Amino acid sequence: MGPLLFRHNRPGRVVTFGEYQEGGGFAALTKALQEYSPGQVQQTVIDSGLRGRGGAGFPTGRKWSFVPRDLPGPRWLICNCDEMEPGTCKDRILLEANPYSLVEGMVLACYAIGVRHAFIFIRRGYEQAAANLQRALAEAREAGLLGSNINGSDFSCDIEVHLSAGRYICGEETALMNALEGKRANPRAKPPFPAVKGLWGGPTVVNNVESLANIPDIILNGADWFKSLARIPAAAGTKLFSISGHVQQPACVELPLGVPLGELIDTACGGMRSGSSFKSCLPGGASTPYLTREHWDLPLDFDTVAAAGSRLGTGGLVVFDQDTCMVRATLNLVRFYARESCGWCTPCREGLPYVVNMLQKIEAGEGSMEHIAILQDHVKYLNYAFCALAPGAMGPVEGLLRHFEGELLEHVIGQKCPYKRA
Amino acid sequence: MIPKSLESELQARVAHAITPREAAVDVMKALQVHYGWLTDEAVAEAAELLGLATLQVEELATFYEMIYRRPVGKKVIHVCDSIACWTLAGETLLQQLAERLGINVGETTADGCFTLLPCCCLGNCTEAPTMMVGDNIYNRLTLQTALVYIEGERRLIEGGLR
Ligand SMILES: Cc1cc2nc3c(=O)[nH]c(=O)nc-3n(C[C@H](O)[C@H](O)[C@H](O)COP(=O)(O)O)c2cc1C
Ligand code: SF4
Ligand code: FES
Repeated sequence: MGPLLFRHNRPGRVVTFGEYQEGGGFAALTKALQEYSPGQVQQTVIDSGLRGRGGAGFPTGRKWSFVPRDLPGPRWLICNCDEMEPGTCKDRILLEANPYSLVEGMVLACYAIGVRHAFIFIRRGYEQAAANLQRALAEAREAGLLGSNINGSDFSCDIEVHLSAGRYICGEETALMNALEGKRANPRAKPPFPAVKGLWGGPTVVNNVESLANIPDIILNGADWFKSLARIPAAAGTKLFSISGHVQQPACVELPLGVPLGELIDTACGGMRSGSSFKSCLPGGASTPYLTREHWDLPLDFDTVAAAGSRLGTGGLVVFDQDTCMVRATLNLVRFYARESCGWCTPCREGLPYVVNMLQKIEAGEGSMEHIAILQDHVKYLNYAFCALAPGAMGPVEGLLRHFEGELLEHVIGQKCPYKRA
Repeated sequence: MIPKSLESELQARVAHAITPREAAVDVMKALQVHYGWLTDEAVAEAAELLGLATLQVEELATFYEMIYRRPVGKKVIHVCDSIACWTLAGETLLQQLAERLGINVGETTADGCFTLLPCCCLGNCTEAPTMMVGDNIYNRLTLQTALVYIEGERRLIEGGLR
């Protein structure tokens, strides 16, 4: 049980509204509406050092501050619960245990940004999370904590749930806005950035579920408290890590940011499963370059993982053991991206199937040195795509070339895959 | 033709939306539940309800993984083939299920019960390997348990249950 997001959890069931309140829930909202201006809420979130948990790690308070104060017309907050990044299931697990922190965090965010109308965008397959949220929203409305004149103040806002129908690209924030508007979910050009011109042309903030669920405790306990939760001075707060793959007990746990990779695997997951030893992992979802044995003691935070040449991403770790063929793993990952490409721009639509084809050839023992060179070129080319999906797809390819060049060469020179596992 | 009650329910949903087309996914899903898949007739009805051209509905319908624009069985079996499931199930589960069901991936069983498809990460990676049958998620699969679950789903279908 973690000190913050999982604090309210009950074993095997969702926490009730009453239990959440008894555990200090909605105290932050009450306090903020009585004692803080919207600017003060925003400043506290800036000071806390909270960074976005949706993948990019952008500072949450700073993102809020980009919304112009004086533009007329509606502005919007969208909570991103698309969560289709392979290896990532933290938002579902959080919402299935406790939908209330997100609701309270969203009302606080609306207050800080001046939003009257917010959306929660939920993927297909998360119907239970959506049902929990619908009930939580109804209870909050009933208790005067959502809707008109919240808690007797002159602040009003409401939150609506949008259920999607399954497509990874909908998680990209500009594609998400098109999806919400009922348009085909191709990404939009940036600039203009959503903070200036987003949903229906109005200023819009898009935040991840976990980012927003952190807000109540930050407001209640202060920025310094939040910072002190992390394991290393440069980090702030806790993180939900979902760890899957060849570990003894795959799990989703809340631990301080800065926890070393090896400790996470050994303590939270009971180590590697029997007969397995650690070879490599994706640290934060399908688009993050591999970490290897040399990173066993690496503290997991945004900057530390970036300095090691990867990204913390979503904190969704997928762990591979000694019998995993990294060419084949990379092939699985790029195939995913090729299938999920929205087809809007040529580098991604045409380039990813080409990369899949190269990897397939190498894996099947039909590869040449030229194919490896082509992969190298495409790591660069796909940065010219229209959105971040295609560069993300090349994350594992880049990691493969950097850490497992020997394995690629074995495939090419031996003209077969050196691993037996299918 | 959809029943009057469903029509007025969907008209109310559209009226509640900020702009009508915001309700497009909800409308397509409701019509899909009614017809079993998003038929040509459903596309036309969705367009009418949303004030869009049929082509605009088509553009949306073909975009989403779980809107079916072709006939499917009573339930669709979506087997996750993303990376966490791949580490534990390899590339064999989907193929083995196809063999046992006597169909190719993408086809529907002769009794009309199931269509078999691969899918993206179901957000259930710590419980991998995973599949979704209709609305139900099944965890930590082996070929044997997957077949048992599918048999259970067949009995639900025969009993007229979801
Ligand atoms: C292809 C793609 C898919 C994404 N999927 C998600 C997602 O499912 N959930 C999410 O929170 N962010 C996702 N993102 C990141 C969002 O664009 C955005 O940065 C994020 O929601 C911002 O929230 P945060 O600042 O709280 O992290 C995705 C980005 C890309 C490029
Ligand atoms: S990079 Fe891929 S997903 Fe992004 S806009 Fe281009 S085709 Fe679409
Ligand atoms: S990879 Fe299969 S559920 Fe996430």
